[in-house]
Amino acid sequence: MEYSTDLLNALVLISNYVLIPALSYGSQLALGAVGVTLVFGILRFANFAHGEMMAFGCMATIFITWWFQSMGISSGVFPTALLALPFAILITALLAVAIDRSIFSFYRIHKSRPVTFVVASVGVMFMLNGLVRILIGTDEIIFRDGQKFLIKAGVFKKMTGLSEGLALKQTQVLTFVLAVIAVLALFWFLQRTRTGKAMRAFSDNEDLALLSGINPERVVLVTWIIAASLATLAGVLYGLDKSFKPMVYFHLLLPIFAAAIVGGIGQPLGAILGGYIVAFSEITATYAFKKFFKYLAPGDFVPDGLAQLLTTEYKFAVSFFILVLVLLVRPTGILRGRVL
Amino acid sequence: MSYLIGEQLTGGYGGPDIIRECTVSVDQGEIVVVVGPNGAGKSTAMKALLGMLDLREGRVLLDGQDISALSPQQRVAKGMAFVPQNQNVFVTMTVEENLEMGAYLRRDDITETMEQVFELFPVLKTKRRQIAGELSGGQRQQVAVGRALMTKPTVLMLDEPTAGVSPMVMDELFDRIIEIKRTGIAILMVEQNARQALNIADRGFVLVTGENRFSDTGEALLANEEVRKSFLGG
Repeated sequence: MEYSTDLLNALVLISNYVLIPALSYGSQLALGAVGVTLVFGILRFANFAHGEMMAFGCMATIFITWWFQSMGISSGVFPTALLALPFAILITALLAVAIDRSIFSFYRIHKSRPVTFVVASVGVMFMLNGLVRILIGTDEIIFRDGQKFLIKAGVFKKMTGLSEGLALKQTQVLTFVLAVIAVLALFWFLQRTRTGKAMRAFSDNEDLALLSGINPERVVLVTWIIAASLATLAGVLYGLDKSFKPMVYFHLLLPIFAAAIVGGIGQPLGAILGGYIVAFSEITATYAFKKFFKYLAPGDFVPDGLAQLLTTEYKFAVSFFILVLVLLVRPTGILRGRVL
Repeated sequence: MSYLIGEQLTGGYGGPDIIRECTVSVDQGEIVVVVGPNGAGKSTAMKALLGMLDLREGRVLLDGQDISALSPQQRVAKGMAFVPQNQNVFVTMTVEENLEMGAYLRRDDITETMEQVFELFPVLKTKRRQIAGELSGGQRQQVAVGRALMTKPTVLMLDEPTAGVSPMVMDELFDRIIEIKRTGIAILMVEQNARQALNIADRGFVLVTGENRFSDTGEALLANEEVRKSFLGG
């Protein structure tokens, strides 16, 4: 009887500190990675500016949120940012299309090599990076409002009588639900609509797509709109869940690329899988399992140390490790994408 | 005058000329085969007809209209369909989606055309939900030809459709191509398997180093001593 309580406590502990955070962080990474993978599939280059596109989308959301709040508009228990999101997506999509028209289309006309596109995207990354700092500054911004917790740790403890509490933030549930909706919508679009199929055809075999009369400029345009929408959504969900710091999105680029490559670059489904793999590895590797083992181990055994593989400062090392491992062992990724 | 004519075509891929004053023509309801040794510019001549090549001289006429200035996509819209030699199907898409993409330019109902393709290649109907990349070589060629037929073309151009398939599959494919010809489509084909291809051809062109060497009916070319010795292995 006592051992089963320990078991439940261990389960709650691991859900609270590993499973739930990894699910929401994984969803954020997945949304980012799907955008990277789509751009790669259609435009055939790794877009380094994707993280900054997320930052820009989140910044736009924050400005609109503030404007709404100043007018007294809110969405009750939900964050006001959700109301701002569609407008921010529109602005970010316009920006992405403008960048494509003014920068990337030049290299397409000149049939530049993929590496030229990559370097151009690094330039775009620095440009957007600076733009976001000029517009909103470098400070940490918390723009979450509405109800913070769906389940509070203390209430959970009282309800269940367990010594471990389970806290569920609204943003965590929102992240997961919105990510699932966005991904389902994306797959419906790619599998069922004429334009979506044309995008897949273009990604599969560009020459044959051209021979079939598919308009490449239209495919590219739709790709940027989708990538910008997903980037904004991912950026805002991450910002709501934690906080908005411009530099964070630059750091996020690594786990996002790791996720896209692990899953198989060019494969949207793989990117989602990769997002969760990276998130779970990162959080598992940096979590201190001391208490968890204390509950599970028989008798009074308590581990000497924290039972933590890496300190949280090293969490990006996990992405690096996964990235290198996949490139060495299976460069095409889990779902057999292209090789970078 | 023939339905599709490439007249005195001269050009290459930016470098030296690969074809020189090369003339190829095909009529509706006719199979024309272009044969010749490796590097003779057979495929290049066909690509020139489709506008995938910078022509320095010559012109392309479709149904009496000069289409030399049109892009490949515009020519496809005009009724020219092309089956490339390699990578001629969307390997990550289903058979049905491949056919749908072939009909991308059409805004009308495509189910009837798709049924016709399935009638021509019954095996594709049973595999319509299968990914094209998982099909055998011969079945892939059928998907490739089917995709091209989805635009309801007036001219069908095939670049070595039997490359890499077994002799049995080749015979089967040639039979289907004869069936397509009977619907009144003009068929232009580049072939390595010269003897078999000339057997089903109404007319043939023998290209050597980018120039016309012989032009005659398929039968006459097969009977021609010199053609046999030089290009058909005796």
